[in-house]
Amino acid sequence: MGIRERLSGNEAVAYGMRQINPDVVAAFPITPSTEIPQYFSTFVSNGTVDTEFVAVESEHSAMSACIGAEAAGARAMTATSANGLSYMWEMIYIASSLRLPIVMNLVNRAVSGPLNIHNDHSDAMGVRDSGWIMLFSENNQEAYDNLIMAHRIAEHKDVLLPLMICQDGFITSHSIENIELIEDEKVKEFVGKYTPEHYLLNDKEPIAIGPLDVQTYLFEHKYQQAEAMRNAKRVIKEVAEDFEKMTGRKYSFFEEYKMEDAEIAVVCMNSTAGTTKTVVDSLREKGVKAGMVKIRMFRPFPAEELAEALGNLKALAVMDKSDSLNGAGGALFEDVVSGMYTAKKQVPTVSYVYGIGGRDTTSKDIEEVYSYLQEVAKTGNIDNPYRYVGLRK
Amino acid sequence: MENLIEIRWHGRGGQGAKTASLLLADAAFNTGKYIQGFPEYGPERMGAPITAYNRISNEPIRIHSNIYEPDYVVVVDDTLLESVDVTAGLKESGAIVINTTKGKEEIEKLLPNYKGSIYTIDARKISIEALGKYFPNTPMLAAIVKVANVMDEKDFLEDMKGSFAHKFAKKPEVIEGNMKALELALSQIQKVK
Repeated sequence: MGIRERLSGNEAVAYGMRQINPDVVAAFPITPSTEIPQYFSTFVSNGTVDTEFVAVESEHSAMSACIGAEAAGARAMTATSANGLSYMWEMIYIASSLRLPIVMNLVNRAVSGPLNIHNDHSDAMGVRDSGWIMLFSENNQEAYDNLIMAHRIAEHKDVLLPLMICQDGFITSHSIENIELIEDEKVKEFVGKYTPEHYLLNDKEPIAIGPLDVQTYLFEHKYQQAEAMRNAKRVIKEVAEDFEKMTGRKYSFFEEYKMEDAEIAVVCMNSTAGTTKTVVDSLREKGVKAGMVKIRMFRPFPAEELAEALGNLKALAVMDKSDSLNGAGGALFEDVVSGMYTAKKQVPTVSYVYGIGGRDTTSKDIEEVYSYLQEVAKTGNIDNPYRYVGLRK
Repeated sequence: MENLIEIRWHGRGGQGAKTASLLLADAAFNTGKYIQGFPEYGPERMGAPITAYNRISNEPIRIHSNIYEPDYVVVVDDTLLESVDVTAGLKESGAIVINTTKGKEEIEKLLPNYKGSIYTIDARKISIEALGKYFPNTPMLAAIVKVANVMDEKDFLEDMKGSFAHKFAKKPEVIEGNMKALELALSQIQKVK
């Protein structure tokens, strides 16, 4: 039996980091993720962890310090949001290409400009091709659980990729909610010790990390990264199975909510999934065969599995909390649609951009999406596939 | 208590409406409920209108949006009655709790479209008497616990004693005053409509 508590999303993450007790945490404060290193630094000061806390002067340095620590053979973590992630940009790619299993908490916030501190997913979508594993979290519980699973996935010898855990800024990061925590000893045993095979401080095996990689081999190294990402699917599944044995909480690549006989469905991520579930319930009471799919594992992307889960629908909406500003659909929409096309699944599908810059997403907004899907399911016609919800008229 | 109650707080930056919403979430959590407590973050400034929210339920809470049709509204500063539509969406079966010295007629004039119950409390007087300073959030917390029947009064006071001991670990001298503010509020809250 876990520990019944009430914590904000940020508190839950800091609590999990205390239990993991990493060797190094390097971070620079940025709203709404600031509380994570803030709370964690109190654990450092109180001596409840023996982590080396590096209070860097920027996010670029935060990621650089994590890279240095991880390359040396240490377990390193950080947290950031929005422009903090933007400032890490070049180091984000270095971390993944050097195959360093750093774990980062990304508290999703709109990337400026103009300046906005509120939630959307534009920060995460900007790094979707950077070679990081990306897990999304509906609430504080999932942000915590994903964190406890993170190192086992990232550090697996067939993976060795950095991993970021996303949760919605303010909406879950600053909301106090119930949570079931895992006992310290169980977390310690589950996460295990970090024993890298190759690392800089191993005097028996002098190595160089990150030297020049020209035409002869960069391609192959990128292929290996892509292979590692493909391997991550198996490892993410295995770790989730172990996690379920410990906690009873089941995690898959995505959560299917009332999808067995669904005719229309919404695909979304993070906190909106909770609101969508309540809308699905009320639609079901009215006899509408509605369902929802919440993506947990966004990178690697579960294209085949999603095509299978969504392939028999009469209409589908994919909701992006970030506009790709490309004159076409959002990033999640494109991923879902290309996966379905490749698997020869033809479902009328629309893109909905929503919740930009912290625009509150209400049950009414979600009802509007399902209402349009009912029309599409009836007629098979889509007047405009690139849609918005919650936008001022 | 109903299966799900939704509460909206209106205050001004610095009056502690956010803290009160988190303390209410704590207290309800300790009675075994599922809770949410969250402020609506804006450009926070001392004195600017702020909003905070609570959901309290017997079942896990999944919805993650602001509250537009609350069961209860708490107004920590009655000058907001003139500038903010505090009763927007408020259910008629619910109630509004206002920190004010104004009488029934004056309040009704400020809330012309509202048909539900109105409770008032002079949180300033209580706070000055109990704490020697103006911290309206403590009396308002007690007021909403009573009006919304969130939990038994005795259990609430017992629970808050623990919360204050934790919150004011470095200033134990203010615990007694805060407890007194809660007790005074429980006895002085009045239904005017």
